[in-house]
Amino acid sequence: MTALEDRTEAPAPEVGKARKRKEDARLITGRTTWTDNMVLPGMLHLAVVRSPVAHAKITSVDVSAAADAPGVVAVFTGRDFAEEQGSIPCAWPVTPDMVNPGHPSLAVEEVNHVGEAVAVIVARSKAAAQDAVELVDVDYDPLPVVLDMEEAVAEQPDLCHDHLSSNESFRFVFDAGEAGTGQNTDEAFANAEVVVSRRFVQQRLIPAFMEPRAAVVQPQGDNYTMWSSTQVPHILRLMLAMITGTPEHKLRVIAPDVGGGFGGKLQVTPEEVITLLVARRLGKPVKWTETRSESLMSAHHGRDQIQYVDVAADREGNIKGLKVHILSDMGAYLRLVSPGVPVLGAFMYPGIYKFPAYRFDCQGVFTNKTPTDAYRGAGRPEATFAIERIMDELAVELGMDPLELRRKNWIKAEEFPFTTVAGLEYDSGDYDAATQQALELLGYDELREEQRRRRESDDPVQLGIGFSTFTEMCGLAPSRVLGSLSYGAGGWEHASIRMLPTGKVEVVTGSTPHGQGHETAWSQLVADELGVPFEDVEVLHGDTGISSRGLDTYGSRSLVVGGAAVVSASQKVVAKARKVAAHLLEAGEDDLQFESGSFSVRGTPGTSISIQEIALATFAAHNFPEGMEPSIDADATFDPVNFSFPHGTHICAMEVDTETGFVKIRKYACVDDVGKIVNPLIVEGQVHGGLAQGIAQALYEEAIYDADGNLTTGTFVDYLVPSAADLPHFDTGNTVHEAPGNPIGAKGVGEAGCIASTPAVVNAALDAVRHLGVTDIRMPLTPERVWRAIHSGGDGGDRATAGSNAYGGAQTETTAGVSTEASSLGGDR
Amino acid sequence: MTRISVRVDGASYQDDVEPRTLLVHYLREQLGKVGTVVGCDTSNCGACTVHLDGEAVKSCTVLAVQADGAEVTTIEGVSRGGELHPVQKAFHEMHGLQCGFCTPGMIMASIDLLQDNPDPSDDEVREGIEGNLCRCTGYQNIVRAVQLAAGEMRGAPASDGHVAPAVVDTAAAPHVVGQA
Amino acid sequence: MIPAPFEYARPTTVDEALQAIAAGGEDVKVLAGGQSLIPVMRLRLAAPETVVDLGRVAELRGVREDGDALVIGAMTTHSDVLADPLIQQHAPLIAQATETVADRQVRHRGTFGGALVHADPAGDLPAVALALDAEFVIAGPEGRRTVPARDFFVDYLTTAVGEGELLVEVRVPKLDGQWGMRYEKFNRVAQAWSIVAVAAAVRRENGHIAEARVGLTNMGPTPLRAGAVEAALSGAEATPEAIAAAAAHAAEGTEPSSDLNAQADYRQHLATVLTRRAVTAAAGL
Repeated sequence: MTALEDRTEAPAPEVGKARKRKEDARLITGRTTWTDNMVLPGMLHLAVVRSPVAHAKITSVDVSAAADAPGVVAVFTGRDFAEEQGSIPCAWPVTPDMVNPGHPSLAVEEVNHVGEAVAVIVARSKAAAQDAVELVDVDYDPLPVVLDMEEAVAEQPDLCHDHLSSNESFRFVFDAGEAGTGQNTDEAFANAEVVVSRRFVQQRLIPAFMEPRAAVVQPQGDNYTMWSSTQVPHILRLMLAMITGTPEHKLRVIAPDVGGGFGGKLQVTPEEVITLLVARRLGKPVKWTETRSESLMSAHHGRDQIQYVDVAADREGNIKGLKVHILSDMGAYLRLVSPGVPVLGAFMYPGIYKFPAYRFDCQGVFTNKTPTDAYRGAGRPEATFAIERIMDELAVELGMDPLELRRKNWIKAEEFPFTTVAGLEYDSGDYDAATQQALELLGYDELREEQRRRRESDDPVQLGIGFSTFTEMCGLAPSRVLGSLSYGAGGWEHASIRMLPTGKVEVVTGSTPHGQGHETAWSQLVADELGVPFEDVEVLHGDTGISSRGLDTYGSRSLVVGGAAVVSASQKVVAKARKVAAHLLEAGEDDLQFESGSFSVRGTPGTSISIQEIALATFAAHNFPEGMEPSIDADATFDPVNFSFPHGTHICAMEVDTETGFVKIRKYACVDDVGKIVNPLIVEGQVHGGLAQGIAQALYEEAIYDADGNLTTGTFVDYLVPSAADLPHFDTGNTVHEAPGNPIGAKGVGEAGCIASTPAVVNAALDAVRHLGVTDIRMPLTPERVWRAIHSGGDGGDRATAGSNAYGGAQTETTAGVSTEASSLGGDR
Repeated sequence: MTRISVRVDGASYQDDVEPRTLLVHYLREQLGKVGTVVGCDTSNCGACTVHLDGEAVKSCTVLAVQADGAEVTTIEGVSRGGELHPVQKAFHEMHGLQCGFCTPGMIMASIDLLQDNPDPSDDEVREGIEGNLCRCTGYQNIVRAVQLAAGEMRGAPASDGHVAPAVVDTAAAPHVVGQA
Repeated sequence: MIPAPFEYARPTTVDEALQAIAAGGEDVKVLAGGQSLIPVMRLRLAAPETVVDLGRVAELRGVREDGDALVIGAMTTHSDVLADPLIQQHAPLIAQATETVADRQVRHRGTFGGALVHADPAGDLPAVALALDAEFVIAGPEGRRTVPARDFFVDYLTTAVGEGELLVEVRVPKLDGQWGMRYEKFNRVAQAWSIVAVAAAVRRENGHIAEARVGLTNMGPTPLRAGAVEAALSGAEATPEAIAAAAAHAAEGTEPSSDLNAQADYRQHLATVLTRRAVTAAAGL
């Protein structure tokens, strides 16, 4: 026990401090564990044979040459696993009659997209496995290829799955009039003075996490441990058990350090299933690590929607109604939450505006392409883009300043909490304050003045300013809400706190990080709750053997839901420790105060006991309260009652070279309200990273298929992930309106930058060239598209689908080797 | 098989390798230098960057046999006597990493840049690391980190405004306008 | 991905290299810096029987003066080219273009000769060599021969270097004095290949353009000289208007490809804009 007099001032709270990250030490030195680092005795290596055709019946598979190749231990086809591989799960049947064609991990009868796995080589070395891929001979009987969504839902289309009656998986409708959250939409449009209609294209994107996926499975008797580069070890374990029949309690899944995910590793992948099945069949440890080319063609893609958006208003700019019809490309199969992605967006199209009427109508469409699923924002970037773009178009139609139109219609600070036409209750915020601050950060007035000058002088380089005043829903999710949307799981998160004898603290979180800094932020939360030093907290995660319950990391949920569970568990620890302290200090529980990690008796200076000392006393358990079990450890599961709603104002100033169509961000300023900020360093980093991806959608990235269904953008040569030299400096700021729905007050920040930025960038480019007659430019804003939109009208049109001639046209159509007639002595640069 | 001799992070190795073995696979699989990682097939991402005879190269685009007789430094060999390299320290200080997968390559490329240009502008930093892709950070904090390290390696405080600790111009504190 | 297996030879002289190429069987690839070859082999778009690594052929490295010419060894790396004072002084166009090639790491390995022999139409150095009227010294079993740039680039990824031959050095005439130069590159992201680029060298005399040389990158299967532009510039006044009028001819005779970066008509448009900009800068306007 410590003399009370020794105590100094209470330390500053950890929450709010820009703590440098605990995770960094192992990452900056290269002393960490990626899944591909794993080496186990006797480990075999897998290589996957993938379909080079988009749609075909498999007529025969001859593996004999591959099986005889040196170093090859086994070759398996879909037939070999047909009875045990089940189907890749879809956990989100968004309508009762949703059509799910089933998704074998290894194709058995037919292939439905280029890159689909058809066989797997098992060999002693990675090289031997790779070499044998070329020796597998698969005969394909080609079927018509379905690529275009609008054609796919037109009359008499070719079918993506010939055993289905159409290419539509589901039709999900939300009508505010019918739901009782708004007026009749048809009437609103019939009575409107102004209607603006647009067709927007959300191009297909590839999450492109930097660490390629990998899985290692070690069998031990009838137990299996899988290491996987996954965002969702808990979900993966459950699903693997359900698919393969290996009981859940015989499976342990470990996500070691994971090199980014962005939704791309929120999946139960065919390759993970195959790796488990092979290990189970052979009883040997096996490893699969993908190449980047495999990753780009077979890991799930994101976005890919066509949006038909209509907005109704009166001449004064009062909005009257919103109608959204979207075609959402599922790709060839439904994966874990594929259908849920557009549905997550369904409730966000009204944005921050007070629409009296709203109707959302979404068709999920099958095409012979890689399946789509979650990618940073998942449904919300698409919704935000649509509303923020159409508000600009409405402003043009009305001859109003785009910001004035927004102001006129957005929810006022004093109106929170506000129930929207989509039925969501927005929690808190002040859109005007964020906007004012963002305008200042940007230097708005000077840039508008420069824009005027450039326009008057007919400068070849024009300047534009674009806004995005957005909100999003985070903190996935209230379990009851997920249930009402037919999602197959809850949205709670779990945490436990283990008080070690030396006073150190282990925090176990069910929210599995892959770059977000949970170890640091959770330590800050616990340090404040328990009053222990930040350094004394260790955060454990990503191993179902250690973290028994969890729903993992996606949807900006970790802090809002998982962090709340950590706080709640900490408070339970304190409550238990209070009983022990009362016993040891011989005082009543109610007479104790807990401050800076120590209990003391109110009004009785002299003695106190720290929670870390109580941990030791609990370990010894020599002198413990009667009837209390000797533990102050605690678990908590937090299930939010509502989503949280970050918001913000993003403003982009864009230069457009009208001679070449090249666009360049001149300045980017944003002010985000993500609620309480636990660690400003991490919050800023999340915003930056989100901005980079949102800007990349606007300017650079697009997964392109040719007419045969080959992914043309099959390497980083043609799928353009921007480098440091391609992105601007970001000026970021925050307002803080705490979320009332969780004990931290945080709203979530992982997706905000990505959701908000894309329309700001496109609006800026359009603002620069609107006076030249341009009304839309398709994303990404390639120089060619911008130039065509300026000089030939339209939205810039489709791009040619041939790969660029880099490396002599080295776009990867298959992983099988093909020798080309190239320079006889060439090969250099 | 071809016999090669290399020095890697200060230790000498002699090994038989297949001529087709990429330097990065030799480092990872034969030497256990798994700090260096592979991120792509086409020499775009730079995650595998190491120093070959003092110059940054993409070790996925060098054959191990080409490194015969050479000195290789990986991320595991840049700290000296338990002291982190200034660039490593700066990445930590400035939150220049999130998932950390690109980080070894990014640090090796940055060290190489600073050898050639000890006092780069922000644009020069951005161009200097154009061969390294990061999907998490948006690069801004990486640029800050390289500038911080540049200052420290020059032995002088940096002159550029962006070098201030990340939170200073992040606005977390000064720009807070309302606390509901 | 891992390359398919191959036989490996590592000669130390040009003669040894020629022998190794001769002995290497049907499909021999010469490995210079490997920055295009190794990725292509990793993707298994190339699977040579033998790889002849020139990395130890010391005589192929370096830049020297030989009378009115600079002689650049085929195995001189891009970074060595950039650091070379002779290049900076006599052929700044090469330095400008080399600076735009890929990224630092690639420039540390990639070589001047390798880039030229690879003859990627999107590569930056072929058009520069063409604009500068470089000469290519090719060694073969029969000895050495010299090929002018206009005859060197034969077709897509194909040069005058024949089977069993090797590019050993490139002779670049010094353009001293009143020449101005500019390499104007257009691409979407920093490390990418050129969508289109223009290499311009302009000699001014008394307010006029006495002579201009314009090379085009990625406007066809080989690099091209913009002959019509050069003719129009010859003797023209050094004014923005005259240059723009001449640059309007830049697309004449070009046959650029259509791919996801740009379709042919847009490439042709870009050629005129970039030519105007390159020539304007080279003319010091």
